Amino acid sequence: MSAVLHPHDHSTADHHGHDDHHGAPAGWRRWVFATNHKDIGTLYLLFAFTMFIIGGILALGIRAELFQPGLQFVNPELFNQLTTMHGLIMVFGAIMPAFVGFANWMVPLQIGASDMAFARMNNFSFWLMIPAAVMLASSFFLPGGAPSAGWTLYAPLTLQMGPSMDSGIFALHLLGASSIMGSINIIVTILNMRAPGMTLMKMPMFVWTWLITAYLLIAVMPVLAGAITMTLTDRHFGTTFFNPAGGGDPVMFQHIFWFFGHPEVYIMILPAFGIISQIVPAFARKKLFGYASMVYATSSIAILSFIVWAHHMYATGMPVTGQLFFMYATMLISVPTGVKVFNWVATMWKGSMTFETPMLFAIGFIFVFTMGGFTGLILSMAPIDIQLQDTYYVVAHFHYVLVAGSLFSMFAGFYYWSPKWTGVMYNETRGKIHFWWTLIAFNVTFFPMHFLGLAGMPRRYADYPMQFTDFNQVASVGAFCFGLAQVYFFLFVVVPVMRGRGEPAPQRPWDHAEGLEWEVPSPAPFHTYENPPTLNADATRVLAHH
Amino acid sequence: MKMMTHLMKKLSMALLLVNVWFCTAAWAVNDLPGGMGVNELNLQPAATKIALEQQWLHNFMMIICTIIFVGVFGVMFYSILKHRKSLGHPAASFHESVKVEIAWTVVPFIIVILMALPATKAVVAMKDTSNADITIKATGYQWKWGYDYLKGEGEGIGFVSTLDNEQREMSNNGAKGVDIDNYLLKVDNALVVPVNKKIRIITTASDVIHAFAVPAFGIKQDAIPGFVRDTWFRAEKIGDYHGQCQELCGKEHAYMPIEVKVVSAEDYTQWVKEQQKLMAAQQDDPSKVWAMDEIMKRGEKVYAANCMACHQANGKGGGPVKPLDGAAVVNDADKTKQIHVLLKGQNNGAMPSWKQLSDTDIASVVTFTKNNWSNKTGQLVQPADVLAARSN
Repeated sequence: MSAVLHPHDHSTADHHGHDDHHGAPAGWRRWVFATNHKDIGTLYLLFAFTMFIIGGILALGIRAELFQPGLQFVNPELFNQLTTMHGLIMVFGAIMPAFVGFANWMVPLQIGASDMAFARMNNFSFWLMIPAAVMLASSFFLPGGAPSAGWTLYAPLTLQMGPSMDSGIFALHLLGASSIMGSINIIVTILNMRAPGMTLMKMPMFVWTWLITAYLLIAVMPVLAGAITMTLTDRHFGTTFFNPAGGGDPVMFQHIFWFFGHPEVYIMILPAFGIISQIVPAFARKKLFGYASMVYATSSIAILSFIVWAHHMYATGMPVTGQLFFMYATMLISVPTGVKVFNWVATMWKGSMTFETPMLFAIGFIFVFTMGGFTGLILSMAPIDIQLQDTYYVVAHFHYVLVAGSLFSMFAGFYYWSPKWTGVMYNETRGKIHFWWTLIAFNVTFFPMHFLGLAGMPRRYADYPMQFTDFNQVASVGAFCFGLAQVYFFLFVVVPVMRGRGEPAPQRPWDHAEGLEWEVPSPAPFHTYENPPTLNADATRVLAHH
Repeated sequence: MKMMTHLMKKLSMALLLVNVWFCTAAWAVNDLPGGMGVNELNLQPAATKIALEQQWLHNFMMIICTIIFVGVFGVMFYSILKHRKSLGHPAASFHESVKVEIAWTVVPFIIVILMALPATKAVVAMKDTSNADITIKATGYQWKWGYDYLKGEGEGIGFVSTLDNEQREMSNNGAKGVDIDNYLLKVDNALVVPVNKKIRIITTASDVIHAFAVPAFGIKQDAIPGFVRDTWFRAEKIGDYHGQCQELCGKEHAYMPIEVKVVSAEDYTQWVKEQQKLMAAQQDDPSKVWAMDEIMKRGEKVYAANCMACHQANGKGGGPVKPLDGAAVVNDADKTKQIHVLLKGQNNGAMPSWKQLSDTDIASVVTFTKNNWSNKTGQLVQPADVLAARSN
C-alpha cells in the first residue's frame, strides 16, 4: 500500500490519539479537490515529469536536426520554435514545479507540521498550471506555430511573433501566479508551523534552501510578469516600451528580464543544494559539516544573485565601469558556492560511506555541477565571455548546472525519499543502472558542446559549418541515450514503486538519515503531525507524538 | 544480465555508426583559415592582440580551475575510496571548524581577486574605441549585413553583404554530398579592411537585434535597432576571417555570415578606388524611364537578393510568410498599394520596410512581382512612381 496511490489505512498509524479526522477521499475527487500536501506534492511531481518528457522530446527534435549539417527534419522556423519551447517548458514546466512538489511533500514532514499553511491555495496553485501548460504546449498548433524568439523572449523579435506569443505570455503569467502562491504558502508554513523546538537554526537544509528560494521567487516573478506584460502591450496596445520605432529600448527588456532571470537560476539550484545537503550526511553517516556556514552561504548567494544580472549582457555593449562591476560581482558568487562544495566534501571526509543510488546521484551532482561552476567562472570574465556569449559553450554551461545540477538532485531526492512516499524500496540495481546510464549519456551529450562553443559555433542555429559535424553527432547520440535513460527510469523505477511493487520500506530505510520525515511510518500516513510533536534537543527526533 | 549484454550490443552498434560518420565527414572537410578548425578543441587562432589576450586569459583560467578541480576532487575521491563502510572505516564525529571554514572562504576570495586583475586590464583595452583609422557602420538586417564606411580611407563606400544563395539552397537540400570548407560562410560582398589599422565598427540594426562577431578578432557586439554601439579591432595578419550572427534574429539567423578580408595597405587603396568607380557607374538615373524586359531583369536580381529568403523563388511564401503569387495587393490595379507595403512594411514589421532600397530597385522588384508567376498585370512601375509614393 503506498501513500501515493492508495488512501492511508488508519490502523497502521500508531500515533493518532484521536482518529476523528477524515481520510483521503476516493476517486478523482481526491486529486481535483486535493488539499493534502502529500497528494498535491505527488501531483506536482507527476506534472513536472510529464512536462520534462515533452520538453525532452522537443530537445531530441533539436538534436536530430543537428545530427548533420543541412536541414533534414525541420525548417529553421520550426527549429527556433523547438529551442524556445524546450527552454520555456523545462524551466517553467519541469524544474520549478518539480521542486515545489518536493517542497510540498517534504517541508511539512521535515518541520513537524500537519500540512501546508494554506491548503486550498495549494490546490489552486497546482491546478492553475494545467491551463498554463495546455496553452504553452498547444501553441505549436496556432497559426504561425509556437513562439520562436528564444526562451529569453528578447524584444523586438517578440513583436514579430504570431498569436502564440500571446498565449505563451498568458501561460507564463499563470505559472508565475502559481509560483508566487506556492512561495507564500511555503514561507508561511516554515515560519509559522514548525513544531516546538524546531528553531530556525535547527531546520533541515532542504527547508532552509526552500525558505530562501521562496523569497527569491516572490521578489522576481512579478518582475518577469512586468516584462512580458509590457511586451504584450507593445504587441497590441500601441505602447513602445521595447520598440525602437517608437522610442523604446530593446536593451531595457534584457535588463528587466535578467533581473528576473539571474535569481531564477538560483531558484532552480538552491533547493538542489538543500537536497544534496540532506543526502550526503545520511550516507556518510556523519553530520553535515558547517551547517551554519551552509545557511549563510545560501543566503549570500541569494543576495548576490540580485546584483549580477547584466553578466548575461556583456555583448550588448555597456560602459566599461558597468562591465567591470558585473564581472566582479559575478566572480564573487563563486566564493559562497565554493564553500558549499567544500562543506560537502568535508562531510564525506572520514565518514563511513555507502553508495546507494541517492548517494551516487548526490556525488554525481557535486562532481558534474562543479564543472558547470568552473565554466561559469570562466564565463564571468567579460573578455572571455565576449568570445563565448551566445555560443554552445553557454549551452554546455547551463546544462551542466541545470541538468547535472537541478535534475540530478531531484533524482537523488526521489531515490532518497520515495521509500517514505510509497512505502516500498525502489530496485537498487535499476537505480544504479539509471545513474550510470544518465551520468555517461549526459557527459557524452554536453561535454563536446564546450569544444563547439570555444571554436565559435553560435547557439540557436538550425545549420552549421561542416567543421562542427563530428561533435554535433556525438552530442546527438548522447542526447538520445539520455532520453532513453529517463524512459527507463519512469517505466522500471517509478511505475513499480507507485504500484507498490518492491520490498516493503522500513520506517528508517537509511541508517543515518536524520530528520522528522523518518519519524513517521513508511508509507507516510495521509495525515502526519496533526498535533505538534515533542522533539529532542537538536530537533531531529520525536520524543512523543501527540 | 541478459538485458545488459543486449544493451552493450546496442551501444557498440551506435558507437560503430558514429565511427563511420567520423570517417566520412571529418576527412573531406579541412580547417578554414581565419575561421573554425575541424573538431577544434579551443578558441580559433587569434589575429588580433585582443584575441590573443583572451586566449591567454582562458588558458590562465583553465590552469587555475584544473588545480582547484584536482585538489577538491582528489580529496573527494580519496575519501570515496578509503572512507567507506565496506572497508570498515568508522565515521568520525567532527562537523565544524571555524578555522578551516574561514580559510576556505578567504583563500578563494584572494584567488578571485588575482583572476580579476588581468581581466580588468583586458576589459579596459577592449572598450577603448578611440583614435580609429577607419570607422565602419555595420547594420544588421533580417537577414544580411549592410556596411557603410563612415570615416577614414574609403569614406562613402557602402554595400550589402549576403550569404551565397547556392549555399542557402544546399542547406535546404540537407547539405547532401557537400564538403566545402566555408559552408554557410561565403558572402557576395566581404567587408574589406587594411592590415594593422585600427578599425572601429559601429553596430546598429534596422529590425531586431543581431550581433556582429568575428572570433579570430575577439570581437562580438550586439547590433541593436534604434541604438548605436561600437567595438574595434586591429588585424595583424592578411587573410580572410569569418564570423556569424550571434543573436537570435528570426528564422534565417544561421544564414547571415560575416566575412572580413584583411588586405595590405596598397591593396586596400586599390580596392577603394575600384569601389568608388563602380559606385559612380552604378548610380542609377532616377528619372530614367525603363522598358518592360529591362526592368524585369533588374527586378529579378533585386528579388533574389532581398525577397527570396522569405517569399521563396516560386513566390508562394510559406508559414507566416504571405504568398506574392496571386496576392490581391500585388495584382491590384492601384500600383501605389504595393509600393506602400514595400516602403512601410506590414504586419508589425513581419514584412519589414524596404525604404533603404533605391527608387529604381523598388520599382523594378514591384514590376517583377506584378508580372511573374501567375501574376499578369502588365503594369510597369517606374522609379518616379516610387519617388512620388515616398513623399506621401
